[in-house]
Amino acid sequence: MTTKRVVPLIFERSTPGRRGYRLPALDVPEVSIDQLIPQEHLRTQPAELPEVSELEVIRHYTQLSRLNHGVDVGFYPLGSCTMKYNPRVHEDVTSLPGFAAIHPYQPESSVQGALELMYNLSEYLAIISGLEATTLQPAAGAHGELAGLMVIKAFHAHNGEGHRNEMLIPDSAHGTNPASCAMVGYKVVEVPSDDRGGVDVEALKKLVGPNTAGLMLTNPNTLGLFDENICTISQIVHDVGGLLYYDGANANAILGIVRPGDMGFDVVHYNLHKTFSTPHGGGGPGSGPISVSKDLAPFLPGPVVRKEGDKYVFATPEHSIGRLKSFYGNFLVYAKAYAYILSHGPQGLREVSEIAVLHANYMMRRLQDVYYLPVDRHCKHEFVLSGMWQKELGVRTTDIAKRLLDYGYHAPTVYFPLIVDEAIMIEPTETEPKSTLDEFIEAMRAIAQEAKDNPENLTSAPHHTPVTRLDESRAARQPILRWQKS
Amino acid sequence: MRYIPLTQAEKQEMLDTLGISSVQELFDDIPQHIRLDTDLDLPEALTEAELVKHFQALAQKNTDLNSVVSFMGAGAYDHLIPSAIKHIVGRGEFLTAYTPYQAEISQGVLQSTFEYQSLIAEITGMEVANASMYDGATALAEACLMACAATRRELVVLPSTLHPEWQEVVKLYLENQDVQIAYLPYDGQTGLIDAQALEGVNWSEVACVVVQQPNFFGLLENAACLGERIHEHGGLFIMAVDPISLSVLKAPGELGADIVVGDGQSLGNAMGFGGPSLGFFATSGSKLVRRMPGRVVGETVDTEGRRGFVLTLQTREQHIRREKATSNICSNQALNALVAAIYLNILGKEGYQEVGNHCLQKAHYFKQQILTIDGLSSPFSAPSFREFVIQGDVDWEEINLKLLEKGFLGGLPLDRYGLPGHVLFSVTEARTKEEMDTFTTLLRGLI
Repeated sequence: MTTKRVVPLIFERSTPGRRGYRLPALDVPEVSIDQLIPQEHLRTQPAELPEVSELEVIRHYTQLSRLNHGVDVGFYPLGSCTMKYNPRVHEDVTSLPGFAAIHPYQPESSVQGALELMYNLSEYLAIISGLEATTLQPAAGAHGELAGLMVIKAFHAHNGEGHRNEMLIPDSAHGTNPASCAMVGYKVVEVPSDDRGGVDVEALKKLVGPNTAGLMLTNPNTLGLFDENICTISQIVHDVGGLLYYDGANANAILGIVRPGDMGFDVVHYNLHKTFSTPHGGGGPGSGPISVSKDLAPFLPGPVVRKEGDKYVFATPEHSIGRLKSFYGNFLVYAKAYAYILSHGPQGLREVSEIAVLHANYMMRRLQDVYYLPVDRHCKHEFVLSGMWQKELGVRTTDIAKRLLDYGYHAPTVYFPLIVDEAIMIEPTETEPKSTLDEFIEAMRAIAQEAKDNPENLTSAPHHTPVTRLDESRAARQPILRWQKS
Repeated sequence: MRYIPLTQAEKQEMLDTLGISSVQELFDDIPQHIRLDTDLDLPEALTEAELVKHFQALAQKNTDLNSVVSFMGAGAYDHLIPSAIKHIVGRGEFLTAYTPYQAEISQGVLQSTFEYQSLIAEITGMEVANASMYDGATALAEACLMACAATRRELVVLPSTLHPEWQEVVKLYLENQDVQIAYLPYDGQTGLIDAQALEGVNWSEVACVVVQQPNFFGLLENAACLGERIHEHGGLFIMAVDPISLSVLKAPGELGADIVVGDGQSLGNAMGFGGPSLGFFATSGSKLVRRMPGRVVGETVDTEGRRGFVLTLQTREQHIRREKATSNICSNQALNALVAAIYLNILGKEGYQEVGNHCLQKAHYFKQQILTIDGLSSPFSAPSFREFVIQGDVDWEEINLKLLEKGFLGGLPLDRYGLPGHVLFSVTEARTKEEMDTFTTLLRGLI
C-alpha cells in the first residue's frame, strides 16, 4: 500500500531543442529586432525555460496530480474551508466563449449578458445577506475583508468621525481579521470569549467606546457555534456608533435560515469558493464579494452594475472608496456562484445549510466520547474537538491529522481556533454521503484507540502517502525557493 | 436537491442518533425573531438542462472573441492558449484541492507551485517569486507597501504612465495606510516618464519608485536610470512588467529591480472579462524575501530523505502573525499560477522567445499599416513592444461600434483617461496579416 513516488522537476525533464507548441508561421515581413528596439532594452540571456514535448508536459502534470488530494479524490473535512462538491456543469457553463473570451473593455452594448449576470448575482447576494448593495470586485475572502474595512473607514470619515480607529475582534477570529485591520491602519482590540464559546458580552461593554470603528464577527463562529447574544452584541456596538462586519467564512450554516442583515450586520463578505462551491483550485482563485447596508452602499468600490431601462451599465457609487482590483473581480469564478444559486433555488439553499448542520452534529455526537468536546451544545456546520486526551498519551493533534492521511482523508483544520488546546476543526459539508461520514468516524475512533495501543504509529505517521513527514523547519531555515540550473 | 445525497432514511437515522425530531431543533439557539420564516426571494431552482440554457442565453448577449477579431489589450490580451492547459487544470486533483496545508498529500500542488516560482524567477531575473497574488495591480500595491515597511519611509513615487486602473488600486491601498504618493508626469513627445521631473523629487524620503515596462502606452521606459536614481538614496526600485515582453526585453533583475510584479493573464489564462488572472511577485535578497507577502513553497526532505515541498516562511503570514503579518493575503490565484506555469513549460525556451518576437513584429507591421491612413498619426516617439497609441481627430468609441458590426474589436479609446482622439491598439501573435490588412482597410473607410 506504500506508494512512495518522487516526480522529477519539469526542468529535469528538459532536452535541448525540444518543444511542445508551435506558433503559426510569421506572416508579416520580419525586421531585425534591434531595428525595432534599442539594444539597451533587449534581453541578453534567454530565459532557461524547460524544453519538453506536449506529451511530457501532460505526463508531468498527470503524475503530479496523482500526488494530490482533492474533493474529487476523497473526503476533505477541512474546517472553515467548506470543501463541498463542485458541480461540473458550473465549469461547463462558465467556459462558454460568451464568458471566457470577452474583453473587459469591450463596449457595454457587446457584453450585456455579462453585465446582466453581475447585476443578478449582486442582487441575489444582497437578498441572501439581507442587505442592500453588493460589489463583486474582491478576489478572495481576505480581499473582501479589506474592502469592507475600507468602506467602514470611509463611512466614518465621511461623517466626520475619522478618529474611530479601533476594531473589535473576538479571540476566536480568523487570522485574516486582524491582518486586514492592519492594512487599513486600524488598531485591533481583542474581545475574550465566554464559556459558551461566544463573545463575552460583559467584556465587550467595557471595550467599546468613542473610538470604536466596529466589530468583526464570524457567526457561527470558528468553534462552529452560533452566538446567541448576537442582537445584544449588535446593539452594544451600534449604540457607540460602531458598525458590524460579518466574516462570511461560515455562511454555509445560515443560508435561508437567518440573514446577517437581520442579525444587525452592516457589511458581509462571502467566500464564494466556500459557501457557493466555486472550486478552491489548490489555493485560489477565490472570490470575496461584499454586501452592505443602505448607509454604506454609496462607499462601495466601483464599478458596480446598474439597470437603466432594459440596459445594464457600469456605474461608480457616489462616495466610492475607489478601486480594489483591476477590472471587475474574478468574473469566471463568481459566475460559478451565480450558477450555484440558480441550481439550488431558495429551498435548495436552505437545505444546504440544514444538512451541513445535521452532518456536523451527527459526527460531533459520534466522536465526543473519544475526543474531548470543549463546548457541549448543538454546533452549526462545523465543530471543534480537542486532542488534549490524546496529548496525555504523547500523541499530538498533528499526529492524528497525519494518521488520517493514511486512511485516504484530508485532515481537519488543526490548531485553530487558537483558544482551544490541540484543536481539531471538522467541517463535513452537505455533499458527502452518510457512508463517508461513518467511515471517517470509524477512522477517527480507530486512531483514538491507536493513541492508547500504539502511539508510535501515530507519531511517525503518515506511512502510506507519496512522501513521509516533511521537514518544515529545514525548509524555513535553509530556504530553497526555486530550481536553479546546476 | 441534486448535490445533497442524504436519503430520508439516513436523515432519520441521524436525527435518532441526535435524539431530536427535526433538523430545526439544531437551530434553536438562533433568536426566533431574526430567523427567516419565508423563503429567500430568489428564483426557483433550475435543473442542469435549464441552467445550461440560461447560461447559453446570457452568453449569446455577449460578443465573444471567437466571433470577432480583437485589437484591444490594455491589461487583458488575446494570446493563443495551448489546448493542453485546460485538460491539466481541469483535473480534479488540482481543481478541487485547497491550499496545501497537509504537505504529504499535496505534493502535486506544492511541486507545481515550486516550479511556477522558479519559472517566474527565471523570466524576471530575480532570486525568488511567491506563489501568486490576486492580479498585477494588487501585486504592485503590496509591493509598494512592502517597500515602505522595508525602508521605513512613507512616500511612493508612481509614474503617470502606469495603467490608470493600477494607479487607482495602488492609491486605495496606500491611502489606507497614510502613505503619500508623488506622480511623475510624462513627456508628451516621447510618451515616457519626463526625465526633468526626476529633479523635483526629494529622493531621500522615497520608499520606492515604480516603473511599468512597457508602460500603459506600450512604450519602453528608460528603467535603468530610474533604478540608479532611487538606489543612490536608499529606496527600492519596483518594476511592473508584462511577462510576454520579458522574452524580448531585458530582465528586471539585470536592471537592478528590487521587486518585480506583473499580471499573468497573458500566460495562457482566459480573458474572462478581466478575471481571474494572477499577479506575480518576485524579489531578491533574503531580507526582502522575508518581507514578501503571500504564500511561498520551499524544497525540503521527508524523514527518509526524499525530496519534497512545503509551504514555508510562514511566520510572515496572517494565520501566525495576525495583525503583524506582512499582508492579509492567504488564498491567492493558485490555479491561474498553474496555468501560467504550464504555458511557459509548453512553450519552452524557444517558443517563449518566438511569442515575444511575433508580437513585436506584428505590432510593428500593424502600426505601419495604420499610419498609412490619412489623418492618423503616432503621438509618441519612444519604441514600443506589443501596444501602441494612435491619434486622430475622430470619436473612437463610435468607430469601435461600427467596427464591431464588421467583426472587429478595435483598440481602447483613451478619451476616458483624458486623451481625446487617442486609441491604444494591441497586437498579439494570434493576429494574422490578413486580419490586420482587412482591419486597416475597414478603418480607412471609417476615418
